[in-house]
Amino acid sequence: MVMQLPLTRPAAPVFERSEGYWSSVFRRLRRDRVAVAALAVILAIVAVALLADYVAPADPYRGATLRRLRPIGTAGFPLGTDELGRDMLSRLIHGARWSLLMGVTPVLVAFVLGSAAGILAGFAGGRINTVIMRSVDVLYAFPSVLLAVALSGALGAGLGNALLSLTIVFVPPIVRVAEAVTTQVRGRDYVEAARASGAGAFTIVRVHVLGNVLGPIFVYATGLVSVSMILASGLSFLGLGVRPPEPEWGLMLNTLRTAIYVNPWVAALPGVMIFVTSIAFNLFSDGLRSAMDVKR
Amino acid sequence: MNGGSQAATDPGSGRGGPAQPLLTVRGLVRHFALPGKLLGRSKAAVHAVDGVDFDVLKGETLGIVGESGCGKSTTARLLMHLINPSAGELIFDGEKVGSRELPLREYRRQVQMVFQDSYASLNPRLTIEASIAFGPSVHGVPRRQAVERARDLLARVGLDPARFAGRYPHELSGGQRQRVNIARALALRPRLLILDEAVSALDKSVEAQVLNLLADLKQEFGLTYLFISHDLNVVRFVSDRVMVMYLGRVAEIGPSEALFSAALHPYTAALTRSMPSMDPDARTEAPPIAGDPPNPIDPPPGCRFHTRCAFVADACARRTPVLTPAPAAVLPSARPDHRAACLMLEPGSGHPRAPAAPAAAE
Repeated sequence: MVMQLPLTRPAAPVFERSEGYWSSVFRRLRRDRVAVAALAVILAIVAVALLADYVAPADPYRGATLRRLRPIGTAGFPLGTDELGRDMLSRLIHGARWSLLMGVTPVLVAFVLGSAAGILAGFAGGRINTVIMRSVDVLYAFPSVLLAVALSGALGAGLGNALLSLTIVFVPPIVRVAEAVTTQVRGRDYVEAARASGAGAFTIVRVHVLGNVLGPIFVYATGLVSVSMILASGLSFLGLGVRPPEPEWGLMLNTLRTAIYVNPWVAALPGVMIFVTSIAFNLFSDGLRSAMDVKR
Repeated sequence: MNGGSQAATDPGSGRGGPAQPLLTVRGLVRHFALPGKLLGRSKAAVHAVDGVDFDVLKGETLGIVGESGCGKSTTARLLMHLINPSAGELIFDGEKVGSRELPLREYRRQVQMVFQDSYASLNPRLTIEASIAFGPSVHGVPRRQAVERARDLLARVGLDPARFAGRYPHELSGGQRQRVNIARALALRPRLLILDEAVSALDKSVEAQVLNLLADLKQEFGLTYLFISHDLNVVRFVSDRVMVMYLGRVAEIGPSEALFSAALHPYTAALTRSMPSMDPDARTEAPPIAGDPPNPIDPPPGCRFHTRCAFVADACARRTPVLTPAPAAVLPSARPDHRAACLMLEPGSGHPRAPAAPAAAE
């Protein structure tokens, strides 16, 4: 008996695709419960901020002297009222807009500027590196809070100036991180191999450096969002950032501090929001860091 | 598009003809300045490569051996122009590298390198197909053809493109990654391949496979190899000629078998005696050489090896030896292309064991 083996022509090769780096990061991030929860909190706050006009139960600017500093749980005012009788819940919801703006914008702008300068310094090395890094060190000499306050004070109060001064505060640390990571990557053999194949500096940065460098810088930058929010609150608290009657969390904390003995729970609410948001950003950044840190 | 048959050329061909060395290295020097004190430059420098001359002949495998720190890898990087030489020149097939006839970019297309660390030399964010296709696309090969060439080369180095092309470096074993690195180096269709400890990090069975692969590829693509290693057995196995380096200088250069069977330089002799043997009766009992190489920041004057040499004489510290073939009177089997930098070979050098000066001999 001769067994007839099924002789089929081999099919055209099917090219296997491996899971890409970012999808593997996403997969690991999804398994990290803390990071997922933190991201959920961030998304919720972003959604509320975007939909503030529809979500807020009342007008955040309309006060009434007769119902000032109501406690949490008052009928019609679930989170009470502030010192001018405005609805706390509505003010916190609208305040999310300001606080996110103050937290994210400076970091985002500093991320772009700082990465560019840091990657340039790290990749070019030599004199260019010295010039960039030493100029950055000048800004580094000041404590960040002091620098933000000093810059805002010098530029004058106002939202734009507050954002600008915060951006200036965040550029130096991002430049440093970007420079350190780029210097590390520049010494790797695959960059040498790319140079050996005759590629120009721009091509090497685009193909071989950016992909390996932006991730770690981005993780670091997400961690700065919470710092930025707190600094922004501080500026508003000092009257250098957002001005009344806008419902920014730091400013609200400032104006409510006189009521701390009358109605401590309501007075603490903006602080709680700042705390929750910044810790969510921090935890998410931590999760992202470990999801991206693949020691293979 | 078939990468192999197109690139396969007779090793003797090329502009300069078969007798023209593929690469001529003349007076190559690289000193690394040490960071100086605050303000002011320091005078101290590491003499990593200190006056090296050699030829790489067309179609041969030239092995370079030496202890760590002797300048092997610096030489490789200098040849690739990854670091700039302090002095010296490279002539590739009759044309000066960096001149108008042979710009650096064109030279780099013809000379490629495989690094020791198979993982560090692949971008972790790129699929191996993209890594291999990068070089050709830099040199203007259209994307599609570059990818096709990459897949073709993967098949050549024994990795099924259908399975491996889309993978990332971390999904491959060390041996597979080194095959990818070889394919990447071949993607530009070079004529000279520098293998800097390319198999040293692999385990022995994989090392043998990769060595066989390299031998096949050399035949198929008509390549010339510069094979750098600290493993004397491997160098002896693969090389046609061998160059021994010591502290940034060439100690001895010659045909592989001649060099290993009848070393002219005391350092080479010590190295060959240190090779582990398979024969238990021929085990190495006494260390053939003691101590560490001297500090390359302040290398000894005269012959670099005189501080550790068993035949040291007064002249050794005063006079710098040049590469000389063994005089026929001393070694009848001596070949003119087997030369060593030792005063014992130089007539009239002042070393007691040196042959008499030519005038006296006549």
